[in-house]
Amino acid sequence: MTTTASPPGGRALPGPAEVAAGEGAATSDRARTGGGPGVTGVRSSRAGELRVVGQALARLDQAEKVAGTTRYAGDFALPGMAHARLVRSPLPSARITRRDASKALALPGALCVLFGEDVPHNTVWVDVPGQTVEVAALKASMEVLATSRVRFHGEPVALVVAESEDVLAEACELVEIDYEELPGVFDPEAALAPGAPEVHDGGNLLGEWRIDRGDCDAAFAGAAVVVEGTYETQLVDHAYLEPEAGVGWLDDHGVLTLRVATQVVEHYRDVARILGLPESRVRVLAPFVGGGFGGKEDMTVEPYVALAVLQTRRPVRMVWSRGESLLARPKRHPVRLAYRTAADREGNILAQEIEILADSGAYAYLSALVLLYSSVHACGPYRVANVRLRARCAYTNNPPTSAFRGFGGMQVVLGYESQMDRVADALGLSRVALRKRNSLSRGDALPVGQVLETEVALAATLDAALAAAGPKPAPSGPGRAVGRGIASNLQSYGRLVWLNDSAAAWVGFQLDGSVTLRCGVPDIGGGQASSLAQIAAEVLGVSMEHITVHFGDSSLTPLAGTTTATRQLLMSGNATYGACSALRDLLLAGVAAELGEPVEGLRLEPGAVVGDGVRVPLAEALVACRRQSVPIEALGTFYGPKGRPVTRDLDATRIFPDFTFGSHVCDLEVDLETGQVVLLRYVAAHDVGRAINPRSVEGQIKGAVAQGLGMALLEEVVVEEGVNLTGGLFQYLVPTATDLPEIEAVVLESGEGMGPFGARGIGEPPIGPPLAAVASALEEATGVRPTTLPFTPERVLACVAASAPARGARP
Amino acid sequence: MRYWIEAGQVTGRGASEKGVPMRVQVRVNGVEHEDEVEPRVLLVHYLREVVGLTGTNVGCDTSSCGACTVLLDGESVKSCTLLAAQADGHEVTTIEGLASPDGTLHPMQAAFREHHGLQCGYCTPGMVMAAVSLLAEHPSPTEAEVREGLEGNLCRCTGYHNIVKAVLAAAEAAPAPVGR
Repeated sequence: MTTTASPPGGRALPGPAEVAAGEGAATSDRARTGGGPGVTGVRSSRAGELRVVGQALARLDQAEKVAGTTRYAGDFALPGMAHARLVRSPLPSARITRRDASKALALPGALCVLFGEDVPHNTVWVDVPGQTVEVAALKASMEVLATSRVRFHGEPVALVVAESEDVLAEACELVEIDYEELPGVFDPEAALAPGAPEVHDGGNLLGEWRIDRGDCDAAFAGAAVVVEGTYETQLVDHAYLEPEAGVGWLDDHGVLTLRVATQVVEHYRDVARILGLPESRVRVLAPFVGGGFGGKEDMTVEPYVALAVLQTRRPVRMVWSRGESLLARPKRHPVRLAYRTAADREGNILAQEIEILADSGAYAYLSALVLLYSSVHACGPYRVANVRLRARCAYTNNPPTSAFRGFGGMQVVLGYESQMDRVADALGLSRVALRKRNSLSRGDALPVGQVLETEVALAATLDAALAAAGPKPAPSGPGRAVGRGIASNLQSYGRLVWLNDSAAAWVGFQLDGSVTLRCGVPDIGGGQASSLAQIAAEVLGVSMEHITVHFGDSSLTPLAGTTTATRQLLMSGNATYGACSALRDLLLAGVAAELGEPVEGLRLEPGAVVGDGVRVPLAEALVACRRQSVPIEALGTFYGPKGRPVTRDLDATRIFPDFTFGSHVCDLEVDLETGQVVLLRYVAAHDVGRAINPRSVEGQIKGAVAQGLGMALLEEVVVEEGVNLTGGLFQYLVPTATDLPEIEAVVLESGEGMGPFGARGIGEPPIGPPLAAVASALEEATGVRPTTLPFTPERVLACVAASAPARGARP
Repeated sequence: MRYWIEAGQVTGRGASEKGVPMRVQVRVNGVEHEDEVEPRVLLVHYLREVVGLTGTNVGCDTSSCGACTVLLDGESVKSCTLLAAQADGHEVTTIEGLASPDGTLHPMQAAFREHHGLQCGYCTPGMVMAAVSLLAEHPSPTEAEVREGLEGNLCRCTGYHNIVKAVLAAAEAAPAPVGR
């Protein structure tokens, strides 16, 4: 796999060769520190071409973050600020029979209590957030504040505003709401059975997708092996450290302004719709977000803060407690997977038959799209000619589920990778070889019909991960067994192609040569803003410290869309690249006009415009532009690849812009007496196309792996008959530093992505494989494959017990 | 709780219903503070809302996450487990008090930055304070000791790998005094 980076716009970048050329440009912790072998087989072309991009530079946001001066959404305050809180349903399914705010309002310091009738347009339209609203087929709605019926434990019923948190707590207690309990349904299968209580009128089937490709019956009939497996994933929470929060106020022009922890500043449109305001009268600011992972993709505090501000005409702050966050914000879909896989004697996968059933909880949110992602990704990074898939998601009276890193592409990895292991074992083939044999390649089509246009480095990621992992460790003592698991995946980056996705960025030189960059991107911790500065520094020949990024302001920064779907580097990155390229061309044009020379002979180098025997320092070049009436600012807009909307029967030439591929290796040790699992070592290799900032890339990979390992072994939101029993982080077990092993990120750079400089997205992809890698390792250690998440000591012990007769023979 | 500050005053309803406000004297980052607070106000809320230092973050209500870790007389505590009243007469160091007045980062802060020991940054202040306290007790910890020492501080973004690296690197550099 050799590459040549061709930045969008096709222009080779000028600049001195500061990076040493050489083989083995794939980087890993140990390769960079020189402590081990580099990874071969993937060659980067950045050597000699790029000056700033590809450097492991400190991110722009980190000095403030380590100093503690970053002001997160809940840190902000304004004079005269009031406080708001929601009163939520204690029942999962009930009719509201009475609401009375009089006692609460009698409390000194209580400012107002709002019910659904007080909301101008009491509906949240649940479609796809962001720039487009034309996905009518998936449209569903929920009330901002429930008026007559509650459908899940924690549903908001009343909004209370008070002078202080102190009064607020008391006032909330005094709001009287009576309920008449109604029958509920708490399991997606039960929800789809005839006669089940209807969560919404019209039945509990929320979404359905199908794939029917090739001739499955014939393929199964002619197969050498058929393996079957069912898998079940649990309800998990994003558990970012920053709970949902925001402050709202009316600015000096009466514009409703919300400074909130969000991944989507474009929710200003939803807020405007709820309040009946013109979109131009609502502004959303996204400060640095303390973690998102999809949980701040849907609105959280926004409509409530907005209502409280308009009602009181005062600044208002709302901060959710951890308990509220765990109780009521949408989570990851629990999914049941049933796979039947057919293969021939050589190990070619002939067919997949797949059933997916997801629990959407009480409201639609993004469930139908999450399920679409599950469907598209369900066969993994493998060629499968014959596929029959049916995916359904059902309403229940459980907590709602929606976006979470991986967005439906994650759960299915447990299914397809477990099946790959089982096929290999059934045929007596190597699990690695089986994956390589069936790996997709450029030019192959996914089961839904989309043809892959860029390099598929799956085999390279397998080799790189295994090389970095080294030999499997020995057990630490008697009664312990070590297992190694591998798992690969693909995950899309960029939004569904019929959403008309776009992102814009504005860049301008100041007269002192420093640069101002404006882009609506929310920075949720992945270094989104800093990466844009790194791209701008590369193109404009300035150092990163001379670039100031203004981001996440729906009124004053050009809209860049959601920080979701692993899309920002692709979208805002390309927009920034385009804006900077245009600005560079303007600068050259200004100098050419000033000198009376053709622009073709000029190029921008760090600090100067340079030509044949000419060197104009940047400051003079900028003055020249002013004299020549040439602008020193530019707006770049990037439009994502387009395609037609899908129908229920998935058959499309393009659904996503592109995909990222990776492979993981997990070594773990099981205590065969207690079922306790100790993670020993974890390696994650991904082809990221191009690492704009290798530190950010590694950070994303390690963090996603940690989140995946937490889901594999520890995490579960426990819900009983619709009642959410998980009220705090002492019950919801986020992995600690002692739970996790050393995680090594191996970064491969094919230069083949659709982002700037050939970058692919990496925010979501590494969360996919850990579930399957751990399952695979546990199978090797215990002799039986666990299939129900999380893999708690009890479930691991059950594997040990189930394999006990056979294990005597194992070495 | 009645800990909101507005133009230098603690505002809100009459405190008598909730308990007699009490006067606390706390030295925060080297500066003497004397305030009236309700007896049940937590130290973290006192620091954030009365003293006005929002670098100390709140991530849970149950002392589970460690985002609110500060130093009390040089030792790390979760500031949501203490009442402001319990800090009366004591010295508190928050993340804002670690760097030099000229803005030079404390070696631990610098190590977190240098080793990319953060992503979203929300856990970082608590994590840095816990790490400072850890090294004060164990100047040369092993990797396992670092992981154990930070067990009470959750991070959801980094997988801890680079945090551990940062703390080990800071340990290798000369130990620095706290709360200059």
